[in-house]
Amino acid sequence: MFSQLIIVVTFLFAMILSVFRLPDSLPLMLAYLRPEWITLVLIYWAIALPKTVGMKSAWIIGLLTDALLGSLLGLHAFVFMLVVYISSSLYQRLRMMASWQQSLFVFAVIFLSQSVFFWTGQITGTVQWTNLYFLPSIISALLWPWIFIILRSVRRKFNIS
Amino acid sequence: MFLDHLTDWLEPARASLATVTTPIILIADFPVKSVENLSLIAETRYNLIQDIAQLNQDQLLLQAKNQKLSALAVENNRLRELLGSAEKLRDNVVVAELVGVDPDPENHEIIIDKGAVNDVFVGQPLLDSKGLMGQVISVSRYTSRVLLVSDPSHSVPVQVVRSNLRLVAQGAGVTSHLNLMFVQDTADIRDGDLLITSGLGGRFPAGYPVAVVNRVEGQAGKPFALVTAVPSALLDRSRYVLLVFTEDKKDSSKDNPYDANGDW
Repeated sequence: MFSQLIIVVTFLFAMILSVFRLPDSLPLMLAYLRPEWITLVLIYWAIALPKTVGMKSAWIIGLLTDALLGSLLGLHAFVFMLVVYISSSLYQRLRMMASWQQSLFVFAVIFLSQSVFFWTGQITGTVQWTNLYFLPSIISALLWPWIFIILRSVRRKFNIS
Repeated sequence: MFLDHLTDWLEPARASLATVTTPIILIADFPVKSVENLSLIAETRYNLIQDIAQLNQDQLLLQAKNQKLSALAVENNRLRELLGSAEKLRDNVVVAELVGVDPDPENHEIIIDKGAVNDVFVGQPLLDSKGLMGQVISVSRYTSRVLLVSDPSHSVPVQVVRSNLRLVAQGAGVTSHLNLMFVQDTADIRDGDLLITSGLGGRFPAGYPVAVVNRVEGQAGKPFALVTAVPSALLDRSRYVLLVFTEDKKDSSKDNPYDANGDW
């Protein structure tokens, strides 16, 4: 129960970071540099505790994220389920990898999720392709080793397993 | 997803979910807000006194203008009655505060701190002190989400004040300008023309400033001219915004089928 609470808190933290408002004085382009916090946290827990954080939690977190970001209801839910499915089906292999290999995996997964967002954006709206769509996945992949270390220390500190 | 895109059946579910996530938005807004408050505390006494003097002066001027305006509004309403027109100049506004901005720079959406408990409704126009900002697209209990006029999926029916020419202003995905669509090469429009809401389409009340034309270019070989305009509202800088309550707008937006699609 307590360990689940800690997991929920990490997700809340990721959600806050993902809607964190930048001061208006900063240039707008910086917004493209925002990593996919929630997806990163989700990947970590799906690899670390595939029994606890599964498809169901991905769905719930996805729906909350949809409400938070005002996206199509179910879009993030679907993408997060996809992410969790891929990561938890490969978790044994991923745990053995060096962190730069994990980063490559994170890049691939987040790029896939960005592509799904882009495709649905094209179907439902007027989204234009820019190469900036690569940026969140690159930033997230670069950030992954630190996220991994932080979340692992959280997991060890609170003895979640 | 399809259901949400094509219908509005999921709107209640979205509203309750959005109510659950409201604290997250408020927490995320807190640092920026506290920095602003800090700078307020650090302001010197002299500056504050000056500010107050300036504001008092402004208020005096506005009151003087308002005196004239109320007389004019009464007269205008009487004349409209004589003409048999149903339209009245009677809009109430409520001040709301901006609490969040969509993290995706492609979506020009903001979140304000008024929701269903304040009688905010979908399609409600939003202004700042300079002009039209956008319209409400979804309402949760304590907050609502607003689509700005600069979003590429947003268009607003406008009118040139000088020549009464009716046009449609579409968002361009940047806050610096709007695109005016389907302007004839020979149309009577030029740099510096003020565009106001025309009230057509029934969503926005007529007469609020939207943008000022800054570029008119005839394109050889194309039927329409390239015209852009700078939005009057401070789309990326306003912290306090005004929600417009137009009388009997609430019911009419419900039963008008063209309105429900929300593009205009």
